[in-house]
Amino acid sequence: MNLLNVIWLIPMFPLAGALVMLCFGRQLTTRLWVNVVCLGSVLLSFLASLGAVVQLAGLEKRTHEVVLYTWIAGLPFHTADGSLATFSADWGFLLDPLSSVMILIITGIGFLIHVYATGYMAHEGGYYRFFGYLNLFVFFMLLLVLANNYVLLFAGWEGVGLCSYLLIGFYFQKRSAGDAGKKAFIVNRVGDAAFLLGMFLLLSETGSLQFTRVTAVLGSGGFSAETLGFGALSLAALLLFIGATGKSAQFPLHVWLPDAMEGPTPVSALIHAATMVTAGVYMVARSNALYALTPQTNAIVMGIGAFTAILAASIALVQNDIKRVLAYSTVSQLGYMFMAAGAGAYWVAVFHLYTHAFFKALLFLGSGSVIHAMSGEQDMRRMGALRDKIPTTFRTMFIGSVAIAGIPGLAGFFSKDEILWQVFSAPGGSKAVYIVGLITAALTAFYMWRLMFMTFYGEPRMDAETAHHVHESPASMTVPLTALAAGSILAGWIGAPKFWNFLPDSFHSFEHWLEPALHRRAINGAHVVAHGDASLEWLLTGVSVFVAIGGILFAKSLYGRRWTADPVEALTGPMHKILVNKWYVDEIYNYLVVDGLAKKGGALLGRFDRRVVDGGVNGGGWLTRFTASFSMWWDTWIIDGAVRLAALLAQMLSFPVRLIQTGQVQIYALVFVVGVALFLGWRWLV
Amino acid sequence: MLHPITTNHYLILSAALLLIGTVGVLTRRNIVIVLMSIELILNAVNINLVTMSHHWKNLHGQIFAVFVITVAVAEAAIGLGILIALFRNKETVQADEIDLLKW
Repeated sequence: MNLLNVIWLIPMFPLAGALVMLCFGRQLTTRLWVNVVCLGSVLLSFLASLGAVVQLAGLEKRTHEVVLYTWIAGLPFHTADGSLATFSADWGFLLDPLSSVMILIITGIGFLIHVYATGYMAHEGGYYRFFGYLNLFVFFMLLLVLANNYVLLFAGWEGVGLCSYLLIGFYFQKRSAGDAGKKAFIVNRVGDAAFLLGMFLLLSETGSLQFTRVTAVLGSGGFSAETLGFGALSLAALLLFIGATGKSAQFPLHVWLPDAMEGPTPVSALIHAATMVTAGVYMVARSNALYALTPQTNAIVMGIGAFTAILAASIALVQNDIKRVLAYSTVSQLGYMFMAAGAGAYWVAVFHLYTHAFFKALLFLGSGSVIHAMSGEQDMRRMGALRDKIPTTFRTMFIGSVAIAGIPGLAGFFSKDEILWQVFSAPGGSKAVYIVGLITAALTAFYMWRLMFMTFYGEPRMDAETAHHVHESPASMTVPLTALAAGSILAGWIGAPKFWNFLPDSFHSFEHWLEPALHRRAINGAHVVAHGDASLEWLLTGVSVFVAIGGILFAKSLYGRRWTADPVEALTGPMHKILVNKWYVDEIYNYLVVDGLAKKGGALLGRFDRRVVDGGVNGGGWLTRFTASFSMWWDTWIIDGAVRLAALLAQMLSFPVRLIQTGQVQIYALVFVVGVALFLGWRWLV
Repeated sequence: MLHPITTNHYLILSAALLLIGTVGVLTRRNIVIVLMSIELILNAVNINLVTMSHHWKNLHGQIFAVFVITVAVAEAAIGLGILIALFRNKETVQADEIDLLKW
């Protein structure tokens, strides 16, 4: 069976599951049916994806496009250079190495998280609603990554945003959850507006929004790299990137992601760590032909990525909520991905996206298991010594934390080290950004192991009641954890550094696999890097490993012994308050946007309304009344005067005539008779 | 000897009735009497019509008289109706007290 021609079925399974749940979920009597439908749909989707990718690997070009039907029919328009083009958008699906990586992550890790959620959500209400939304999310996410044009991608993009909103606000009775959902939605709107503008600009420049066409047009030689100026392509790329900052929680639109932790933990793992937030990275990688022409924008992408990475990592140092540490960690790791993309190493960005999906989903699910064991407690200051009580959770999270810290041999090491190397040596990279990345790596190792030590080591700091209830999670939760832990160890080995030339070729296959999806110029940049100096690369690897181990040991020295006040407080000193307040970004937004723009601007608008608009209306009214009073004078004295004069004249002139009209009927009759008599007697009278 | 009743006698009777009726219409104040006077005038006309019909041996006049009687009946009914409505509003049947038909 040729699965490639029916890749459109891959998103349809979860869609069907979602429709069943959201239309008939209430009627399902047991949760077993929910599990069968929702897990089954994602599993089917995963198997179909797997089959399709295997068949894709057999194709020479490793690219397959299927168009179901034309969604928006041809609209002729003039492109920026004046030539006539036709805009149309299809329900078209594109399976190439890039989207194949994405669909495997979405359906594979998505399935594991679905399994986990059956355990995690077992005691929650709205079970079918939760799984319906989750399936709907998987559908939109698959639509996003399988779309063959920007318009359909945008449809998926908005759909995942919707599901994110619905799932963040899943506990809608909680006000904070509803607020967090709204915040996520509104902040994303800002990015989406820019994304749309970027799409339009790209359309007017290239005359198409279909990925393969755009790539072909941009690579055709009609466009040259905007190395000096900041042209239309650079602007389009920047606008698309602003869209990505919204979806992927990059500075300055990162504020919604930490709040999104109000949602159930499986949601945080699936949407806000493994898949949806990486959509921005995917989109930038998908647009690599565009970014290859815009070095100015690339520098901005890299700068924002690096800045976000270190900003979020610094905030993660002082967070006490176990999920918020991971949320800031996610923001920080997404920053890493953009750093790599900005440096031109798109395959590394996607590689980190892929490894990050494993260990961050693992860490989130692990934290969910901890929260589950702690009867809902999320504050790490009230945890401790959980190592022996929930051993499976501990062991898997241990692996995840080692992986994200960048210890050699685990998934995070390969991708993070490659990012640092690319940023250091790629033509689009920068040494300063490398330093920032290195510091971030140290911070990452530190805060992750602060989390581990606070949660699992030391002395129990919870109350007796909670301590009594601590229990390992059911198998439905620990099995996915174990599977993800295995992934966190093994996933990186398909992208081992090139200079580890003692390994067989298949260990370096990731870059090669992605090549068909990457533009010629983007690949050339990476090739330059690949032939760098091996000894330098060994040295840099040594530095980053040293930094990672240093961070872990430092965390151990602070949190491995007895402590009462949080050691990081003394360590950061005056910075602590700033970090706890997340660099006051929310406060700045409150001041500028909520207070400044909405309230003060509202007051200003109110004054404008009262003074200018109302003034205009009142002035108009006064003018009308003034002219009306003149008109009334004219009416009273001139028009009415003339009428009255005529009446008066008639009255005066009629006076003699009126005298003979007495109203006495008999006098009239007399006149009548006299008249007849005169008429008849005329003859004798004359 | 008795004089035969000729056409002239009838005409004199008719003229007398017309005169009496006209004087009644012009001088009496009570509207009921005025209406009765009008009847006298109409009947004067009728006698005249019948007389001349007989005189000229022509039936047109008599037919016309029947029409006049019919119209007179309708006129009397309407006239009395107006009179009653008038009495209800003005509480009078004196013609000189009703002088609305002026400017």
